[in-house]
Amino acid sequence: MSGFTNLNSSVGYSQNSTPNGGAAPPYQNGPVQTYPAMYPPAGYYGAPPQQQGYSTIPGHAAPAPNKAPVTNNAHSANYYHNNHQQQQNHLPQHHVAPSPYSAPLSSAPPSQPYAALPSAAPPPTNAHYNQQPFQPHPPYATPGSYYGQQSYHPSSARQHPSLVPVTASGPGAPLYPIVSYPSAPGSSQYGTLSSSQSTSAPVGMPTQMVGAPLHQYSAAPPPSTTAVQPGYGVGPPGQTAPTVVNGQGSAAQNAVHQHYTQSHQASLSYDSYSGVPPGSGGADTDQPPSGTPSTSVHSSPGHHQGVQYGYVANSGASSASATTSGPAAAAAAAAAAAAPSSSSSDDDDEEEDEDEEAGGDTSSSTTGSASPVPNSYDSLEGGSYPDSMPPSNDMTNQAAPYGSYGYPSMQSAYQQGPASHTDASPSHDLYGQSGYQQYSQPFPNLSQLSAALGGLSGVPELEVEALRPVNLLQERNLLPPRPLEAPEPNVSSDLKKVNCSPQTFRCTLTSIPQTQALLNKARLPLGLLLHPFRDLQQLPVITSNTIVRCRSCRTYINPFVTFLDQRRWKCNLCYRVNDVPDEFMYNPVTRSYGEPHKRPEVQNATVEFIASSDYMLRPPQPAVYLFVLDVSHNAVEAGYLKYFCESLLENLTKLPGDVRTRVGFLTFDSTIHFYNLQEGLSQPQMLVVSDIDDVFIPSHDSLMVNLKESKELVKDLLTSLPEMFSQTRETHSALGPALQAAYKLMSPTGGRITVFQTQLPTLGVGALQAREDPNQRSSAKGVQHLGPATDFYKKLALDCSGQQIGVDLFLLSSQYADLASLACMSKYSAGSVFYYPSFHYIHNPAQLEKFQKDLERYLTRKIGFEAVMRIRCTKGLSIHTFHGNFFVRSTDLLSLANVNPDSAFAVQMSVEDSLADSSLACFQAALLYTSSRGKRRIRVHTLCLPVVNQLSDVYAGADVQAITCLLANMAIDRSVSSSLSDARDALVNAVVDLVSAYKSNVSNLQQSGLVVPASMRLFPLYILALLKQKALRTGTSTRLDERVFAMCEFKTQPLQQLMRLVHPDLYRLDNMSDQGALHLNDTVVPQPHLLHLSAERLSRDGAFLMDCSNVFYLWIGKCCNEMFIRDVLGCPNYASIPPNMSHIPELETPLSERVRAFLDWLQDNRAFSCTIHVVKDDASAKATLFQHLVEDQSEVASSYRDFLQHIQQQISK
Amino acid sequence: MAFTFAAFCYMLALLLTAALIFFAIWHIIAFDELKTDYKNPIDQCNTLNPLVLPEYLIHFFFCVMFFCAAEWLTLCLNLPLLAYHVWRYVISNFLHPINYETPAGSLEPAFLALGCRYMSRPVMSCPGLYDPTTIMNADILAYCQKEGWCKLAFYLLSFFYYLYGYVFHFRICPSC
Repeated sequence: MSGFTNLNSSVGYSQNSTPNGGAAPPYQNGPVQTYPAMYPPAGYYGAPPQQQGYSTIPGHAAPAPNKAPVTNNAHSANYYHNNHQQQQNHLPQHHVAPSPYSAPLSSAPPSQPYAALPSAAPPPTNAHYNQQPFQPHPPYATPGSYYGQQSYHPSSARQHPSLVPVTASGPGAPLYPIVSYPSAPGSSQYGTLSSSQSTSAPVGMPTQMVGAPLHQYSAAPPPSTTAVQPGYGVGPPGQTAPTVVNGQGSAAQNAVHQHYTQSHQASLSYDSYSGVPPGSGGADTDQPPSGTPSTSVHSSPGHHQGVQYGYVANSGASSASATTSGPAAAAAAAAAAAAPSSSSSDDDDEEEDEDEEAGGDTSSSTTGSASPVPNSYDSLEGGSYPDSMPPSNDMTNQAAPYGSYGYPSMQSAYQQGPASHTDASPSHDLYGQSGYQQYSQPFPNLSQLSAALGGLSGVPELEVEALRPVNLLQERNLLPPRPLEAPEPNVSSDLKKVNCSPQTFRCTLTSIPQTQALLNKARLPLGLLLHPFRDLQQLPVITSNTIVRCRSCRTYINPFVTFLDQRRWKCNLCYRVNDVPDEFMYNPVTRSYGEPHKRPEVQNATVEFIASSDYMLRPPQPAVYLFVLDVSHNAVEAGYLKYFCESLLENLTKLPGDVRTRVGFLTFDSTIHFYNLQEGLSQPQMLVVSDIDDVFIPSHDSLMVNLKESKELVKDLLTSLPEMFSQTRETHSALGPALQAAYKLMSPTGGRITVFQTQLPTLGVGALQAREDPNQRSSAKGVQHLGPATDFYKKLALDCSGQQIGVDLFLLSSQYADLASLACMSKYSAGSVFYYPSFHYIHNPAQLEKFQKDLERYLTRKIGFEAVMRIRCTKGLSIHTFHGNFFVRSTDLLSLANVNPDSAFAVQMSVEDSLADSSLACFQAALLYTSSRGKRRIRVHTLCLPVVNQLSDVYAGADVQAITCLLANMAIDRSVSSSLSDARDALVNAVVDLVSAYKSNVSNLQQSGLVVPASMRLFPLYILALLKQKALRTGTSTRLDERVFAMCEFKTQPLQQLMRLVHPDLYRLDNMSDQGALHLNDTVVPQPHLLHLSAERLSRDGAFLMDCSNVFYLWIGKCCNEMFIRDVLGCPNYASIPPNMSHIPELETPLSERVRAFLDWLQDNRAFSCTIHVVKDDASAKATLFQHLVEDQSEVASSYRDFLQHIQQQISK
Repeated sequence: MAFTFAAFCYMLALLLTAALIFFAIWHIIAFDELKTDYKNPIDQCNTLNPLVLPEYLIHFFFCVMFFCAAEWLTLCLNLPLLAYHVWRYVISNFLHPINYETPAGSLEPAFLALGCRYMSRPVMSCPGLYDPTTIMNADILAYCQKEGWCKLAFYLLSFFYYLYGYVFHFRICPSC
């Protein structure tokens, strides 16, 4: 070992190569982190002490040393081989990380994922070997690290073979703690073996192990080369296979007209992929997993020389962001390459998107975009190297970027028969729904009636009603009897029929003002609210060889284009005239020819295309899930781990994915624990990395495992995990390093990282301080610290986003945990944030239940990977700002590493040029994603709205809910970037502004009072409700984290949910009648009327239900009808209702059935199931209910009447 | 005395301003590329951020030179830009001068006061002004573009002014 240590310390290279890895990894990591250079030796070796502690297990020590010597030998011999690292030992995997780092991304990854899947351990090594062949192409090596962090270039320092020997002999620091914690998790022993070996010591040790390692090494190189060859050879077939498959598949589809033909293709292609690895892999590496368990951490205290060298290398590496792992890529080469690479990598990313979105162009785009190494890429394209997925961020093609940008000429292959398939039912569920709702509605008052009529038939009524001036000071009953529906755009009934569902796509102004001047005059924001990946019951899925798009603006063909004649169509966004491809002339639904306007694309505003390989930059990746779990003392106290494991165990088979799905686990407290779940092990192995300053991945192929193959191990782990840490006393939390490790684990494939955190991160990078001053919680002055304290999480999220990794955060903290900083990790990587304040498994059953329900939904909901969403709009309109969780790639393109069905987006628009030359404005959102089954799909939503030039028309089409939501989003931005009071003032001003604008421009009545158009009559109420929200309220004690979480919710919740959060629905349940009830299947769903949110609407003799989106409150008045209490709650009388009742018993009484039917109906199209709380009149929980009664006065906030008075004063001022 | 200190300052400023002109052009091009989707914002910010401080320092440097040379008029011409730089980089973190008080009747709708105003320096661990996550915001993009053009104009004018100043100081010396 001593030799080893020396190597490590002295030469970065050697380190990498050393199977022990312990030493090497850190360095490698170091570069990645960019911290490496700075590290004082102490830092590196600082770790050892801990390890030593671990090392207490003597047994392990011995083996480690052996390895060391081996490596030495190997080192000198295989210089370059080392780069590619094979890690026969687990340690070797480290290799991967280091030099290879680059490799993994670019060349290695491809091989890895695919190869690795089938045969777990061995393949990876092979993969690395495979690289060697590529080495000739230096570019390959470059991983496209986003920020360039990843690159580890073996700088010259590393390659000092000479050093190696020297160091070996040298007395270096003998602490070689190989921390192998092979101990099975189940047993919960962490055996950390620190084998501290002095150079002198090694002799004995080496011999032991030597056999194996040497063997590996010596054997390895040759195999590698050979292996490579095979890999190559194999590759072509594989590659061709997929392509061929596609062709065939499509052909087949044509013939058969199967809807989902693609699945076939997919499976085929996967097979081919999988096939490759075994072949190549087998030869190289059959290595006994024995090596694996040991994770070596460095601890060699001092090798001065070595250290210096190492540093140099590191610094070099860090500076050079991209790795070149050229074969001969000497340090010099690396250095040279580095600079360009860094800059270029980003380009590539961008290109990638472009390509993805640009689609149509086949070869040109792909080539342009991806290949770092032209040669390799070509080969890839040619089909020779199937496995390699083009690294998303490759460099080298700076030149190419724009090549792809141009719009590719149409492909010639239209001759192919129409392959498109559509689902049989083109109709939207939505329409169906709305239809029946209207039908069933009681139409209680005139306005409702006319509105409904307007929706059904005529515009005039609708407009007249919407424009009816409403004097807010006089009319008191503003709420419609049923929750507000989105206003219908005033377009012809044909268009109305096909228009996009308002639940998916909604505009704040359903009549678009013609000019910016008109828009300004209206004083209303123009924007879109999108819920693009919503769960749909019916969705036409189209498989077609050619996806018809406008050649100029790349708009997908949609119901609102015009067909000039049979062969030409005019784009509705840019007005360019395009040809109709031959294939499009055939209609697969009717099987007729010559009716392009009957195609499903043209009949549905929401369609999904199965995309061809033109829309991918690398083969679709498997679904990869990594769970990062906090196991510090605090977490154990809160007790979430058990419930998480239970939930995951239950839903393990329901995780979206296919046979390739991979999972991994990582736990952390002050150290980071990895779990080796390699198939074939008898039980999971825990690998502990205690060097959090310089995190490395102890093993590359066995940490993220195929779920199907390692299911038993995963189950074992989940069963034993809760007990494993039950005695922990570790209170620190090294979240930042854990995230870095997670990022490294995931970067080759992308996927989803789920982080569970229970406290403020206290160690390593990303450590945070408590910033909240509890005394300021109710301060009416500014609220501080709404923004992040550090940009670490943001940078990490951007890196993740670049590697197509989404990070979701579950925060279960009872203390302040600085969500404002932590949330950044999800915000910019398109993740989601869940927060459970004061979570405790015993003391807070309500939170626990919510956590369990959320988790179930979270684990089983759909997911899309590697997504981008582009929003196009009619010429003249432009996008101003986006709101939501994503990274904005360009002016109209969002990069979404993950997309989930529960997140929504908002977009602010502006009118740049006059829209006078068109009567319709259209918006198209195209979401390109990889489904969990590995198919590339494009979901396209198109919304069509009329353009108007009258202010009154603009008002008539205003959608008050959408406007409120958009303003809420803007207000959140404002309060973060400026201050809360600014945002609140601006919201109030928005109301003042609207009222005065309406007064001066439209209303001719010289009425006194507050007059607004009927369409906007709820606006002041909603704004007031907004001001009383947790996110924006002042004066009421609000914990900072809860406030920040409320803000996150505002940014990501879909409109319906958000509106219920802002303005909950209140119903009276005890006297429901069947008037207007819905009859669904066999159940009768009563439809009680909405009530104003005011205590005066509550009566002591009633039972009221408040629907707050994610929670229901059932308020039981003191004198409530005993029959209701008995029949619905199953309690004899009011007094016997338990205080914390949180469910409605299933009783056989008609009343109970009605109530439950109504509750179920309310929950029906909600993603996360709601918890219900029964609130008694006298219970302390009453306070939680009453805070939602927004029309009432509270200690600090004014009532609705007062608010209106205030507005009026402002206007008359 | 053919070559006074003032003349030297002008000459230096002349050269440095030429450099600044390049900075400004680079800046304009970069934002134009962003706007036209040619570049990834992360990439662009990484290239732009390192240039911010050098530009400010260069400008500050020859302001100091002019101060030493007692060229008060020239200094005065440069002071506004100097102040702007200080505001942009330092002070705007603490103040929020762009505060849209939009009472009824003004030209801009009140809701425009909402939305983000990231004119201040974002939380960053490295020097620079541009944050890839907010740079694509239309307001900021427009602001930065405008800033670029204004600076270019300013530097161009000052370039000729320095040229004049240089020649002037060179000529008036008695020995010529």
